[in-house]
Amino acid sequence: MYSILEAKELTDSIYEFVVEAPNVSANCQPGQFVIVRTNEEAERIPLTICDYDREKGTVTIVVQIIGAGTYYMKDLKAGDAFCDFVGPLGRPSELIDTPIDELKKMKILFVAGGLGTAPVYPQVKWLHEHGVDADVIVGAKTKSLLIMEEEMKAVSGNLYITTDDGSYQRSGMVTKVIEDLYAEGKEYDLCVTIGPMIMMKFVCLLTKKFNLKTIVSMNPIMVDGTGMCGACRLTVGDSVKFACVDGPEFDGHLVNFDEAMKRQQIYKTAEGRAYLKAKEGDTHHGGCGHCGGDK
Amino acid sequence: MDVLKKVPVREQDAQERAHNFEEVCLGYNKEEAMAEASRCLNCKNAQCVKGCPVSISIPDFIKEVKEGNFEEAYNVIAQSSSLPAVCGRVCPQESQCEGKCIRGIKGEAISIGKLERFVADWAFENNIKPSVKAEKKGKKVAVIGSGPSGLSCAGDLAKMGYDVTVFEALHELGGVLVYGIPEFRLPKEKVVKKEIENVKALGVKFEKNTIIGKSFTIDELMDKYGFEAVYIGSGAGLPKFMGIPGENANGVFSANEYLTRSNLMKAFRESETPIMVGKKVVVVGGGNVAMDAARTALRLGSEVHVVYRRSEEELPARVEEVHHAKEEGIIFNLLTNPTEILSDENGWVRGIRCIKMELGEPDESGRRSPVEIPGSEFEIECDVVIMSLGTSPNPLISSTTKGLEINRRKCIVTDETTGQTSKEGVFAGGDAVTGAATVILAMGAGRAAAKGIDEFLSSKGN
Repeated sequence: MYSILEAKELTDSIYEFVVEAPNVSANCQPGQFVIVRTNEEAERIPLTICDYDREKGTVTIVVQIIGAGTYYMKDLKAGDAFCDFVGPLGRPSELIDTPIDELKKMKILFVAGGLGTAPVYPQVKWLHEHGVDADVIVGAKTKSLLIMEEEMKAVSGNLYITTDDGSYQRSGMVTKVIEDLYAEGKEYDLCVTIGPMIMMKFVCLLTKKFNLKTIVSMNPIMVDGTGMCGACRLTVGDSVKFACVDGPEFDGHLVNFDEAMKRQQIYKTAEGRAYLKAKEGDTHHGGCGHCGGDK
Repeated sequence: MDVLKKVPVREQDAQERAHNFEEVCLGYNKEEAMAEASRCLNCKNAQCVKGCPVSISIPDFIKEVKEGNFEEAYNVIAQSSSLPAVCGRVCPQESQCEGKCIRGIKGEAISIGKLERFVADWAFENNIKPSVKAEKKGKKVAVIGSGPSGLSCAGDLAKMGYDVTVFEALHELGGVLVYGIPEFRLPKEKVVKKEIENVKALGVKFEKNTIIGKSFTIDELMDKYGFEAVYIGSGAGLPKFMGIPGENANGVFSANEYLTRSNLMKAFRESETPIMVGKKVVVVGGGNVAMDAARTALRLGSEVHVVYRRSEEELPARVEEVHHAKEEGIIFNLLTNPTEILSDENGWVRGIRCIKMELGEPDESGRRSPVEIPGSEFEIECDVVIMSLGTSPNPLISSTTKGLEINRRKCIVTDETTGQTSKEGVFAGGDAVTGAATVILAMGAGRAAAKGIDEFLSSKGN
C-alpha cells in the first residue's frame, strides 16, 4: 500500500495527493508518469507526475474526477492509501538531457491548459532550479477551475493567466495569448504544451505558423503502461509510437491529433457510450466510466 | 480397458462452456489417474524425460500414481518443476514428453500432462507443499519478472539456499499466467495463486509494482541493494502489428490488450476496466494467443472468426486448442491474409479487407510459404479486430543496462546452458531471450539459469 500523506481539493473536482512512494521518487524526472489504482477492482489510471521530493520519498499527483476510476479518489484523505502506485513510467522530458548552458540561451514557453497545469509545473520548477526562467501561459475555463497559480508564479519567468470566460485576468483561449505575445514582439525557441488534446492540437497548428518547435505530452488510453498492450499507440510522423514507452512527450508538429482524439473516444464520450450501448445492448452495465450503470 | 487408448478426460460441454469462463478441462479423478498411469511401460531409457524442458522424472512419478502414492508422486515432480499445476494445463505435451512416449508408437501416448495436473491439484487439496532442505547461503539474488521463467528460477535458487527477491512490474504476480492465459484454461485463484504461494513457501520474497529499468536499474540492484546476481525473466512485451492501413481505427486491439483487459483487469466479469464486445470479431493470427483471444471474445458474446494466412496444418497453436476452439463455434478463415482495416466516418472499424492465399515453396522455417492469389480480395464485415501476431522484447531493461548485449531482434544474448549474459553476474532466459515462446521453455531456461547462477556464485566464493 502507498500512504497518502496529504490530500486536498484544489478546486471543484480537482484533487492533489502527496503519496509516499520512495521507489518512484528516487529516480523520477519531470515528464514521466505513474499508474495508480485505488482498490483491488479498480482500473489502472495513468497520471503525470506533478512534483516529487526525493528526501521525503514522496510523489505528488493531481487528479480530475471524471469517471468511475477516479471517482473513488475524491473521498481519499491523508492517512488513506493507494492500493498500487507504480513508476516512474515513460521517458523524462527532453529538457532534462539538454545541456544547461544551451537551455540558458533558449527562450522557452510553456502552455498549460486546465489539469495540464499540474504536469507543466515540475518542468518549469526544474528549469528554475537550474537557473532558467521560462514564460508560462496557464489557461482555465473559468476562475474557479484555475489551479496552482501561486506555485507556478514562484518558479516561472512571466506568468500569463487566461480564462475562457474572462472571469480572471486575460480573456480567451491560450492560443490567443500566444498570438498576442508574438504580436507584442516576443519570440521563443521552444514551446512545451500540456493540456486537453484539442488544446494541444490548436497550439501546434499555431506554433507551426511561427515555426516554433513544440513538445506535447500525450495522455491516451493505457492499460499496463509498460509497452505491453499497445492501447496507447499514436501516429507520429510516418511511424506508430507507443506513448507509454516512446513518450509521453512527442514533437507536436508530427502528432496525428485527429486520430489520437478519435482513439480517446473508445470507452469515453457520449458517442462511445452510445456506441457501446448499441453494440452491447443489455450486456453493458457500466465499466465505461461514464454511463453510471455500475454505480 | 484398451491399453492402446488414453483414459478420456472429462471436459465441460462445448455449448455450455462457450458462454462461461470456467475451466474447460475437468481433469482426472483418482481412479482415472491410476488407470491411466497403469498404461505406462516404465521404460528404462525413458524418452519422455528427454522431451521435458525441465527433465521431470516422468516414469517415477507415474509409477507412484499407479500405486496410489500421490504425495510421493508430487515430491518427484517438485524436484524438477516449480509449477506442475500450470504445466499440466498449458504445456504442449504432444510435441514434448507425450510426443516421445514409446506407448505412442502403436497406440496413444500416456496422458502425462493430465497426470501431472492431477498430482499437482491433489497436492493443493491436501495442502502438500514443496520443502526446502538446503542450508542458507546468505547471498542475495534478484529475479526480474514473476512469470513462469522468473518463478522457476526463483524456486530453484531458494531450494539451493539463496535469498531471492522477485520484482514484478504489474500489480499481480504471475506474468503471462495472469495477464495472458485466460481463466478457462488456467484458473487464477485455484491454480496460479496457489503455485505462487508454494514458491513463497520456499522463502522467495516478492516486490510488486516495481519496474526494473525505471524504478531501479540492474546496476542499482547490484551496487546499491547488494544483489550478487540478477536473473532477467522480463518476457516478450511489445505487441506487433501488421503495418496495414487502418490499424489505429477504434476497435483494433492487440491480443495482449484484449487479454490483459479480460484476464488481469477482470473485464470478463464486469470489473471497472472496460472491454469492447464486438458483434463480430476477427482475430488475426493462428497461435495459442490467437486461440485465447478468440475464445475470450466468443465467451463475451461475439461471433468470432480466426483469419490465418496459411492452412490448418501450419496453425502454430496446439492441436487441442484448435480443436476446443472449433467445438465452441469459432469460425476459421484459413489461407486468408488481411490487407486493410476499413472504418466508418467516425473512425470505428466496420470491416477487414482480405486476400486469399495459396501455399507455395517452403520458406526458411520449413513451412510452405503463403502466396497471394491475385484478384481474390474480399471483405469481412466486423466491428472488432484483434491482432495476434506475436511480440517483440521490451526495451526497458536492455536500454537502461550498460554492457548487456542484444541481438538484431532486440533479444538478450545469453549462453544457452547457463543463461549468462554479456554482463557479469547477470543472467537471462524466457521470452526476453528467445522472443515469444512457451511457458515450459521459459521455465526450462529459468531452471538452467538457476544452475548457472549457483555455479557463478559458488566459484566467486565469499
